[in-house]
Amino acid sequence: MNDAQEALDIELEVNGEHVRRRVEARRSLADFLRQDLGLTGTHLGCEHGACGACTVRVDGAIARSCLMLAVQADGARIETIEGLSDAGAIAELQNAFVLANALQCGYCTPGMLIAAQALLEADPQPSRDRIREFLAGNYCRCTGYQSIVDAVASVAAHRAARGPR
Amino acid sequence: MSGELDFEGPASYVGRSVSRPNARRLAEGRGQYVDDIVLPRMLHVAFVRSPHAHARILSIDTSRAERMPGVRRVATGADIARICKPYVGVLTHLAGMRSPPQHPLALEVARWQGEPVVAVAAESRAEAEDACEAVEIAWQELPAALDAERALEPGATVIHAEFGDNLCFRRVVDTGGVDEAFAGAAAVVEDTLSFGRHTGVTLEPRSMLADYNAAEESLTAYHSGQSPHMMQAILASRLGLDEHRVRIVCRDVGGSFGIKIHIYGDEMAACALSIMLRRPVKFVADRHESFLSDIHARDHRVRARLAADREGNVLALEIDDLTGVGPYSMYPRSSAVECNQVLGLTGGPYRHKRYRATGTVVFQNKNPMSQYRAVGHPIATAVAEHMIDRAARALALDPADMRRRNLIPDDAYPCQSPSGMRFEQLSHHACLEKLVALMDYPRLRAGQAALRAQGVHRGIGLASFIEVTNPSPMFYGVGGARIAAQDGCTMRLDASGAIIAATGVTEQGQGTETMIAQIAATVLGVQMSCVKVLTGDTDKVPYGGGTWASRAAGIGGEAVLQAGLALKKNILEVGARILKTDAGSLDIADGRVVKRGTSEGLSLTELARIVYYRGNELPADFQPELVVTRHYRVKDYPFVFTNGAQGCLAEIDPETGFVRVLKMWCVDDCGRVINPKLVEEQIRGGIVQGLGGALTEHCRYDERGQLLNCTMADYLVPMAGEMPDIEVAHIQTPTRTSLLGAKGAGEAGTGGAPGALMNAVNDALAAFGARVTSQPITPDVVLAALGKI
Repeated sequence: MNDAQEALDIELEVNGEHVRRRVEARRSLADFLRQDLGLTGTHLGCEHGACGACTVRVDGAIARSCLMLAVQADGARIETIEGLSDAGAIAELQNAFVLANALQCGYCTPGMLIAAQALLEADPQPSRDRIREFLAGNYCRCTGYQSIVDAVASVAAHRAARGPR
Repeated sequence: MSGELDFEGPASYVGRSVSRPNARRLAEGRGQYVDDIVLPRMLHVAFVRSPHAHARILSIDTSRAERMPGVRRVATGADIARICKPYVGVLTHLAGMRSPPQHPLALEVARWQGEPVVAVAAESRAEAEDACEAVEIAWQELPAALDAERALEPGATVIHAEFGDNLCFRRVVDTGGVDEAFAGAAAVVEDTLSFGRHTGVTLEPRSMLADYNAAEESLTAYHSGQSPHMMQAILASRLGLDEHRVRIVCRDVGGSFGIKIHIYGDEMAACALSIMLRRPVKFVADRHESFLSDIHARDHRVRARLAADREGNVLALEIDDLTGVGPYSMYPRSSAVECNQVLGLTGGPYRHKRYRATGTVVFQNKNPMSQYRAVGHPIATAVAEHMIDRAARALALDPADMRRRNLIPDDAYPCQSPSGMRFEQLSHHACLEKLVALMDYPRLRAGQAALRAQGVHRGIGLASFIEVTNPSPMFYGVGGARIAAQDGCTMRLDASGAIIAATGVTEQGQGTETMIAQIAATVLGVQMSCVKVLTGDTDKVPYGGGTWASRAAGIGGEAVLQAGLALKKNILEVGARILKTDAGSLDIADGRVVKRGTSEGLSLTELARIVYYRGNELPADFQPELVVTRHYRVKDYPFVFTNGAQGCLAEIDPETGFVRVLKMWCVDDCGRVINPKLVEEQIRGGIVQGLGGALTEHCRYDERGQLLNCTMADYLVPMAGEMPDIEVAHIQTPTRTSLLGAKGAGEAGTGGAPGALMNAVNDALAAFGARVTSQPITPDVVLAALGKI
């Protein structure tokens, strides 16, 4: 057995639940979420940090779970599409994506939604160009992106019209 | 319009942009792609692939790999060949076509870098990959035939010795009179165009989970694909199983675009291993092996000439298409269909009578090339539209006027193209006029001139196109491939009053299930929420072709319509017994069987309860049938063509060579539009895929046949930041080949965009007396055209 196959114990919070597991040192966070915890909403598109399909939140910031090892998430707070959906944290964006048909095959969608949530947290009123620029790290092969931009812009516009909560 | 059908009325879902009921599941990450499925005792397979473009396998030593942790089987090509018969990617209606038998794993010789050679099944994918590194293969590298141009030269390396040369297929189309037309022409333009290799890059990689049950001699294959019954027939025949004991399940599919419609050795080997090991085996390609083994697309060199008279009337068109397809023609659809399409489609929108086309398909030591979204269309459209613009420029005509003069008049149908394509009813002029209005073409032209004075170089490109949709058996079935052109729908009224529609066409996110539900709800007069659609399971849906060649709405949709009409008739027969009236006086409205023009009647729920639970209330001599199946195939035409026009506004930077697409427009005529939003999104997504291949996507090989860009960091698919907004509008010319009147829309965007873009770039470059003739139009291509590098 080499160092990469050595197993280590980790403890972390995933979608609000305390989790303790023994994992191989080489196991990526994405594989850990998918295979050890059954959280298959996190998708692997490139395993190279390029496509964004595996985007999750780590301590409140978005991260590529394919580029991070599970052992690096020891002590961290992880949120995936399942937890964010169940908590209603991205419900507005999800509704807007469905209405705008901002998803087709759905493979990029969890990562795209989580990236869009981060954009709106950082910049509540982004221009269309800003939305396109921010989401450039999340590839979609189906939609051509316009409907995704429409969906994110519609949430921003709706929030502006509604005023701060 | 049938008296039974009202697509225009307020109760019709057809023609409305309803949301997709299955989208919310995907938006919550609750989809189920193949890699999400875990079965008891499941193994994972990884492959040792050829590191060489062409090499003889001298020996394979698997002994060290077999002792690695978690390894359950290491299988060579010979091991797999004992389970899986070879296959030949030839269609008999493509006369003279040839390709040798292909095995899932290479036997004595590997013929492209990335060809699978050894399979390792282990408890985890990581352990399988570890063991792959311990497989020792002694190679003798052979000279590789890479350049399609030189593949047929004397002395070229012959990839399959038994054929004597590297020719796969050749076809010539000649109307006669071409030389005479060129001799008498006022203007002759010619160019050689090249189109690089690109690939589909489905975000979900190819995936196969094979579950062989030795006790039943049955195989269940969870497959990321788009043609389940085709896969069923092939797996059964190649693996020696009864076809009815092979079940293909396609749940959520993370993009397909034609990539997942072919037979791949690694997927076949996973099935063979499941049989050998009597337990489930999962194969999920990683991105690196996707680039090395997913089919590549395009790779054409086209010499083109066009002759026109002084007024701009096109007199004749001549093309010579050469394409390299890798070492094997893909099974079962072949790798010659793209070239065949280029010959059939080039110049198809125009009314010239003289046409000569030569197509040559050659083998080479690169990854196999085959059908990808809009097969042949991007090449055919880009070539013809480039030549139309060249001629317009030579004759000092506006490109829009050049098209007005030459497009087949909208009242000239039905008619036939010089290549023999039969057109039922197209609308080129209506689409072009709507497009130029949508673009505000005169204002764009004025703005272009003003900006040019300021040193901003913009170009405007137009492309008129045709698209093959709704294929008849003339596409594949006639050539011996077991791919259904007909499709079916089984529809039933359940005891709860719900409508269940099972269809042979499939969903990959384009909205098939939504479209099916819209038609069913409209025909039956129920709420769409009462309709459940079943797809993607050969045990549960009627035999069909799946989704390819833009056939789901046109063919699958018509089968649903016919099933709906039949089920409605049966329901009304029941209603007539219960309401003690004749069926002709009844209709279904808002989920209730009512006397026409009244609200008097009973709900479908109540009717179903009576049928299923209280049959004693029905006459003894009457047996209700609330399950029906209907099928549909296109009979009157080989294909039902659609048409449209695209416009592109692009800006070039003459210093850096960068091209920026500022805006795209598309007017598409796909017949009756069932869901405008879904059609528009097909067009938009298709356009961006077309722009990707025309601008940035390129599978780059070195001189030894090594693919240089195998990650998504260096193979560039379009990103949100560099793509434009796309305006889409519709013209509707319903086809009379079906009651529904729908044609396909899935490939129109991809087919037209590369031509519109290249014309826009060349319109901008014209100020410099330059033009590009190769795609992708990368900065170095632009700078080379400008003479700067």
